[in-house]
Amino acid sequence: MSPWLDGALRVLAALALMLTNGVILILMLRKVLARFHARIGPNRVGPKGLLQTVADVGKLLTKEDFAPRAADKWLFTLAPLVVFVPAFAAYAALPFSETWVIADLETGVLYTFAALSMVPIGILIAGWASSNKWSLLGGMRAAAQQIAYEVPLLLSAIPVIMLAGTMDMGVISEAQQGAWAVIPRWYIFHPIGFGAFLLFLVAALAELNQTPFDMSEAESELVAGFATEYSGMRFGFLFLAEFSNSFIVSALAVVLFFGGWTLPFLPVEWVAAVAPVVFVLKVYFGIFVLMWIRGTQPRIRIDQLLSLGWKALIPVSLGGILFTGILLKVVG
Amino acid sequence: MAEHDDVREPVLIAEGASAPAGLPKGLRRVPRGVDEFATEHLIVNMGPQHPSTHGVLHVLLELDGEEVVAAEASLGYLHRGLEKLSEHRRYHQIGTLLDRADYLSGVHTELAFARALESMMEIEVPARARWLRSLLCEITRLSSHLVWMGTFGMDIGAMAPFLYILRDRDAVLDVLEEITGARMMFNYVRPGGVLYDITPKAEQMMLEFLDRFESTYLPEYHDLLTGNEIFRARVRDIGVIDRDTAVAFGLTGACLRGSGVAWDVRKERPYAAYGELDFDIPSGSKGDCWDRYMVRMEEIRVAGGLARDLLDGMPEGPYMAKVPKVLRPPEGEAYASVESPRGELGVHVVSDGSDKPTRMRLRPPSYFNLAVIDEILPGHMIADVVAVIGSIDIVLGEIDR
Repeated sequence: MSPWLDGALRVLAALALMLTNGVILILMLRKVLARFHARIGPNRVGPKGLLQTVADVGKLLTKEDFAPRAADKWLFTLAPLVVFVPAFAAYAALPFSETWVIADLETGVLYTFAALSMVPIGILIAGWASSNKWSLLGGMRAAAQQIAYEVPLLLSAIPVIMLAGTMDMGVISEAQQGAWAVIPRWYIFHPIGFGAFLLFLVAALAELNQTPFDMSEAESELVAGFATEYSGMRFGFLFLAEFSNSFIVSALAVVLFFGGWTLPFLPVEWVAAVAPVVFVLKVYFGIFVLMWIRGTQPRIRIDQLLSLGWKALIPVSLGGILFTGILLKVVG
Repeated sequence: MAEHDDVREPVLIAEGASAPAGLPKGLRRVPRGVDEFATEHLIVNMGPQHPSTHGVLHVLLELDGEEVVAAEASLGYLHRGLEKLSEHRRYHQIGTLLDRADYLSGVHTELAFARALESMMEIEVPARARWLRSLLCEITRLSSHLVWMGTFGMDIGAMAPFLYILRDRDAVLDVLEEITGARMMFNYVRPGGVLYDITPKAEQMMLEFLDRFESTYLPEYHDLLTGNEIFRARVRDIGVIDRDTAVAFGLTGACLRGSGVAWDVRKERPYAAYGELDFDIPSGSKGDCWDRYMVRMEEIRVAGGLARDLLDGMPEGPYMAKVPKVLRPPEGEAYASVESPRGELGVHVVSDGSDKPTRMRLRPPSYFNLAVIDEILPGHMIADVVAVIGSIDIVLGEIDR
């Protein structure tokens, strides 16, 4: 196969994955949140409401292509793409199995974090270009939040990278194969890994704009934040990116802390045969937990969010790295 | 606001954005900048189309970054002229208008109006009617506070409580429907008594709901919100109304009791069956959003207990006094007030002896309670504005009338 065709197929595979994920997550979000909210959720379109996403997408596609009169048209159109493209690009390094990787990067973890950190730039552009004060406030919040939480998110992953000795996501996954007696060898069950995971969870929720840190949207404060003026497919892009971000962050958590595609106690060949399924199921469980938090928690205030980030998460995660370093040196 | 000559050039984010309304003179503060760097305040219109202004409240906010420098509530978007309309209706036709003032607890407005008429016409209300009135008041208080709790949770960013309370409120509305025939617009309390007697089925439904509510749902709400660390961090020490401010602004209801003044119309000027009942008046101490929250949550519990007592001790007898078909109160005027879920709700009726009032005036408690936000909002963040307005519990239907 020519390298061009190979590349094109890989990109198409990533796109198909992203869109499928969006389709599944829209329905899952609505159904799961409904259950947490003591209601039923969509159940009219198709059997048990399974075709709800089709109706949703149809609505988005047929909406008027609208931009406010005062908006900066060029940036207004650009912003959803700036949010969408990095979210799409981040799929490249995710290891679905030993061989199923779109681009097998040695610095996969770093690459994925880098791609994710582009998203708030698009949100800031969206907020600015909308020419709406609520949007602007949402965009500014996104910028402040990104700076405060990008750092601890990456720092919280470093202890795991130090334990595994690599940034290659495939190798990190493999390092977690097997079990210590009855406990899987996943880093979540490692004392250092567990601490790192708590930090990672908080920082990831903030990075994802997820409740309790959904500052830039904050529908009860900022109307809809940066997305206030967006409708139709532009809004669709913003939301597709959001759903795909939760997939990516959940996948990162799975790779770093929950053993990637591996399963303990089962013969390696068996697991290898169904590795992508195992991986995706783990990722969706992670997304379910995110929705769980979203369904129950109130929203923190922006100043509390920032002081938590700067005054607690960053020092603690730096301390964690130091501790890990000393431990690895002493214990070996 | 054109008459204010101090209106600056509007602050525009981008070319072509419409000019925001200016704030009145005296509310402006000089923008603070770092190292004399020129900064400008942002003026935003929160509402009338905004998810958290509880209907159509419009608050003008002058912001320094995310901090509120000045705030002013602008009212009237839901004005339907209820008071003027009353002047063109016979007395027995007015109840249906009053339900639409405070649409979350219509019984209270009806009761205040009926009491004003009864005092003018010197009608003696039978005991059973008084107890039925109190019963209806307490169960609407319960459902109204539930709606408040849900929307307050939503203001803080928690979606779940609102959908949970709708389930319970539906059960309460079913009971109300069984008793009065209507779910929200009751027109149930009439001068001289009440429209229908309570049915055994309604009594049964009420007790079933209370059992379920007190054993399962209320503790669940405390788990969901009261015990939540984030919720506590968001409402503690926010929107502090001290005792003197609360009294000076004429606050009533939970807003006053939250500030440590245990004043309740039900105790101070007993009406309906409240003189014969024994109940607590929960009150706070500091006057922040948390105190107001806790006061209302306690009131939900007290209202449930009162409803049980009222069902237990319901006296036998007629539920309607003998009143003339066409009500013609003698010339004069009367004021009567009740403790609605939001505070002291008063009705002032002036009669010239005809079958229509010369003037009918409502004292909506949340109108007076809302006035305090101009005083307490400056210095808070945008997110707190939503929390403070939520904690005051406004119903625009009665504010704008």
